[in-house]
Amino acid sequence: MKPISSRIRRMHPLPIRIMHWTNALSMIIMIGSGWKIYNDEVIFGFLHFPQEIVLGIWAQHALQWHFFGMWILVFNGLFYLAYGVATGRFARLFFPIRPREVVAEMVAALTFRLKHADLTHYNAVQKVLYVGVIAIIIMQVVSGLAIWKPVQFSFFVSLFGGFQGARLAHFLGMAAIVGFMVVHVALALLVPRTILAMLTGGPAVPAEDPHPEGAPAPTTPH
Amino acid sequence: MAFRNPFAPRRPAVTTPDKSLLVENRKLIETIDRRKVLRGTFSLGALSLLAGCDISDRGAVQSVLKTVSDFNDGVQAALFNPKKLAPTFSPDLVVKPPRFNAYYEIDEVKPVDVSTWKLELSGLIKDKRPWTLDQIYALPEQEEIIRHICVEGWDYIGQWSGPNLKDFLTRIGADLSAKYIAFYGNDDYMESIDMASALHPQTILATKYAGEPITDPYGFPLRLRTAVKLGFKNPKWIRAIEVTNTYPLGFWEKQGFNWFAGL
Repeated sequence: MKPISSRIRRMHPLPIRIMHWTNALSMIIMIGSGWKIYNDEVIFGFLHFPQEIVLGIWAQHALQWHFFGMWILVFNGLFYLAYGVATGRFARLFFPIRPREVVAEMVAALTFRLKHADLTHYNAVQKVLYVGVIAIIIMQVVSGLAIWKPVQFSFFVSLFGGFQGARLAHFLGMAAIVGFMVVHVALALLVPRTILAMLTGGPAVPAEDPHPEGAPAPTTPH
Repeated sequence: MAFRNPFAPRRPAVTTPDKSLLVENRKLIETIDRRKVLRGTFSLGALSLLAGCDISDRGAVQSVLKTVSDFNDGVQAALFNPKKLAPTFSPDLVVKPPRFNAYYEIDEVKPVDVSTWKLELSGLIKDKRPWTLDQIYALPEQEEIIRHICVEGWDYIGQWSGPNLKDFLTRIGADLSAKYIAFYGNDDYMESIDMASALHPQTILATKYAGEPITDPYGFPLRLRTAVKLGFKNPKWIRAIEVTNTYPLGFWEKQGFNWFAGL
């Protein structure tokens, strides 16, 4: 038996917790200010965001917030991606994703039968949501760069079929992230221990954990 | 009203309040503004981010945001590639007439009287003799069909022609190593751009739109058209150009918009 480390390893190590809440803050800044910027030239005539829920009373302040929040988002995001890859956290927690499990667990989740006994392992629905939202946030950065610098990054504009295409993609990405946040918060409230875990670190990961961070992803027999 | 939707008021003005009201109440408007920004900060829990700032200081949030905006000017200048050309388009995509925008309504435009109009030059320029319109028309023309992008998010394709700005600045002996170039409109509008953008090959002093002289609402007789800046950085009805090393700010920057505003 290996000696027990004096440092207790947690489900969510401190860097993950800091980056999670920093990201949550940056998302709220980006979305709230983005709504205000959107209001000045709406894409859908029926949709204006009420002043009560936007960030910035005039467009210029919303723009200030947006281009302030982008630095938090980008730097925090880069640290997070580097950390997740380097420690093997992504490989361990997010993969593999098996379509059959995703479908089965999606059905279970929608009928409130999804078991969530072990916080330290993500179910297939969680994996899809987390990997999906990370991919969408990366796309938001790309479409955001296309809108911010359509000449310097004209290649990015062409990816979205033009400037208004990039705006539409940026809007739809926002909608997807908002959708994720609604589901994410709702599910977390159903299992409040998960919220606590993201604050305090959650259950200790046993020293004899067969899949310590950095180890290759396990293949669970099914 | 002009403040609510400053760039392109799309509803016809029913009763336009006297602009002096806005000037008189600017202090109040700014106060409301900061209060709102501060409330936003509260509701977002952004306080943790600004730890160390005195939250009772209403200007603290604004000052952080302004500092980042200034920092972003530097980042944009670094990202700016003076050789990178903006996409150009075919003539059948050109929108005629161009889209009007100013901080006031189209019917408030005061046409320039071309019989007395001259382009004044000031600052770091060797030959400061003013230019008549005929002299400007006599210069070689450059045409470009480029996308106009407003900070609000709308865009259209326009076909502009007129003397290349770099050629013009060279001709008048402007100090091309100066930092800024400011353009003063016939109204009280002023905007400034960095010299690198002024020297970009797609920056012109436009006198024509779609081959015809620009009409009054769109900047007759002279306006800036650069493919590498947002729309509000392209002043219309230009009456004076200044080359300077003193940061000249601009109309919208004073209201909190980002200065570089590069595309």
